[in-house]
Amino acid sequence: MSTATATAAHEPQRIVLDEEALVQGGLDFHDVTEAVVVHVEKEIPTMWYLAFTGACLLLSMMWFSLAFQVWNGTGTWGLNNPVGWGWAIVNFVWWVGIGHAGTLISAVLFLFRQKWRTSINRAAEAMTIFAVACALIFPTFHVGRVWLVYYLLPIPNQMVMWPNFKSPLLWDVFAVSIYGSVSILFWYVGLIPDLATVRDRIPTGDKATLRDKIRQRVYGTLSLGWTGANRHWRHYERAYLLLAGLATPLVLSVHTVVSFDFAVSNVPGWHTTIFPPYFVAGAIFSGFAMVVTLMVLVRKIYKLENIITLGVLEKCNIIILVTGTVVGFAYITEFFVAWYSGVIFEQYAFINRMFGPYAWAYWAMMTCNLISPQVFWVKRFRRSIPIMFALSIVVNIGMWFERFVITVTSLHRDFLISSWDYYSPTIWDVSLYVGTFGWFSFLFLLFLRYAPVVAIAEVKGAMPEADPHFYHHEGDGGHGHTGDGGDGHTVNPTQPAPLPSEEPASSDDVADDDPFSR
Amino acid sequence: MSSPTKRIAGLFSGRADANVGLLAQFPNPGALYDAVKTVRKRGYTRIETYSPFPIHGMDAAMGLSYSKLGFLVFFGAITGTSLAFLMQWWMNAYDYPINISNKPLFAIEPSVPVAFELTILFSALTAVGGMLALNGLPRPYNPLFFSKRFARVTDDGFFLQVETRDDNYDEAATAELLYEVGAMSVEFVGHDGTRDITRGGQAAPVEVPEPVINT
Repeated sequence: MSTATATAAHEPQRIVLDEEALVQGGLDFHDVTEAVVVHVEKEIPTMWYLAFTGACLLLSMMWFSLAFQVWNGTGTWGLNNPVGWGWAIVNFVWWVGIGHAGTLISAVLFLFRQKWRTSINRAAEAMTIFAVACALIFPTFHVGRVWLVYYLLPIPNQMVMWPNFKSPLLWDVFAVSIYGSVSILFWYVGLIPDLATVRDRIPTGDKATLRDKIRQRVYGTLSLGWTGANRHWRHYERAYLLLAGLATPLVLSVHTVVSFDFAVSNVPGWHTTIFPPYFVAGAIFSGFAMVVTLMVLVRKIYKLENIITLGVLEKCNIIILVTGTVVGFAYITEFFVAWYSGVIFEQYAFINRMFGPYAWAYWAMMTCNLISPQVFWVKRFRRSIPIMFALSIVVNIGMWFERFVITVTSLHRDFLISSWDYYSPTIWDVSLYVGTFGWFSFLFLLFLRYAPVVAIAEVKGAMPEADPHFYHHEGDGGHGHTGDGGDGHTVNPTQPAPLPSEEPASSDDVADDDPFSR
Repeated sequence: MSSPTKRIAGLFSGRADANVGLLAQFPNPGALYDAVKTVRKRGYTRIETYSPFPIHGMDAAMGLSYSKLGFLVFFGAITGTSLAFLMQWWMNAYDYPINISNKPLFAIEPSVPVAFELTILFSALTAVGGMLALNGLPRPYNPLFFSKRFARVTDDGFFLQVETRDDNYDEAATAELLYEVGAMSVEFVGHDGTRDITRGGQAAPVEVPEPVINT
């Protein structure tokens, strides 16, 4: 092949996708830092104090409910003989499921090189950790004698006994606690460069107030002396990739193991092989709904509309639509399999779900989870903030009902009619559940105050200006290329130049007296 | 300065003269990328670049191989898996055998979930611990922190450092080279602070403004 034809073959074929810029409003690197870090630096607004007070009140309700339960026993909950797993397990599965979206965004979408994840992954991971913290409350106190909870762990005890490793409930202890630990590690590793950003902006010397000095200590310690050296980034990026690769099977395994709690038993309605994928899909569904709920609020309050863009939320809504439909499909498949199995107990369990005493919960679940997300087929609706906010809450209500339906309707009428009973919660079930919202809000508000809510380094890395070749194509010569004498210009002709629309307007439009921004 | 050069996995560590040398600031990732290529071509080896985010292609430009962290994590994973199987066998079949529905005291199948989870846990701990160890973190003191300009490295500053222990290091000539390849400013960073090095005969570069803290 001659050189001429080779060149012709390499004619740039630009595929222009209708893709919105990830960072909008012409922000440069410094603007991104400002937009995010300013919320860690400014005086605490009154609204935050009000919200935090509310969270603390709810949190104290949680502690009071727990104290009451520990003092009087699990009988204070509405549990009865067939229904030994009531709201506690429903709430546990619900909170763990919510956590899954954070890991999905931070790990799975990272492996798939979905750059839009960068603006929401920090907050979503925080949501994961706090949701797991809420979830762990329930099984811990459901054991009844909470002071003996260490029996769950393989540590030597006074009975010289070990846990039963053949029990799915024990697998759950490992799965959820390790999931929480790995999520914290992943989150912290992601935070290191951004904590260094906060550290480097704290005034030093004479200007430093007492608050600055405390902040220097705290952020200086937590950022571990990070300098952004390329040799460090090299290991850091590898560690991040490995953690993403580890967290991906982990997150799938966690809800799989949670579903084993049900599926490994022989209760009609639980004993199905569809549970692991169905639970994982449901977890992603509810988690993304919670991400949308939180991000709509955060981007509004923190004025991060240019970073957490409407396009990002739209993508979350598409995932809600897909996983909601998958979950709905699973509901229908379960029904089909119950009929097809020919087992009367299995068939009855599903007829009872639909038309029995808990039919209201079943139809609430169907409406919220299968029907309501179909609204997102319409682009206008999935880009509408009020609609997505309302729907994200509807979805999480629906997912709570799903866990209620699975847990309670299966248990309350199993094989023997003489053991049937009706379950209803007590006020202590409700107060504990509502109280965990206080625990979640308490942690999330502290996160909003003291940590960068957006992964600054990752957002910058996903901007077109972060690519060194971006500057080679601009051709305005104003970027310090004077000395390279053409040495560094190894421009790959097959690599498309950045689209003109991606070029932020700030370099020309904004009066730029800062010599360091571009 | 007389200590032998000890390279630990690409990191220069445990030396009094680590991170002592000329620090040059560049306006953007492209300029830094081109500069480091030229500086390397001139025979400098003790160089390091600093940026607010990892720059694509910088490892190749600096002549670094890929990170060896994966090997460490592999051994972490093996440890986790073996420990988990050993623990479950020892606890349920050897130390205190528990007969559950007359199932075998130990079998691979019911041991898989816990083995899987512990594999992940040990791998993740190795990945994070290994990354910190290879990077020599935490490192609370670093002469670079004396530089006021360097405070922008986690914001929008792009820096190239040539250390004094480089064989080709010569303060005036190296500084001139750094200006030639497009540095906006060059300063010497040592254990007693920093001093600016201006380009021969030219005025000193514009003073760096303090980062604006909105309150």
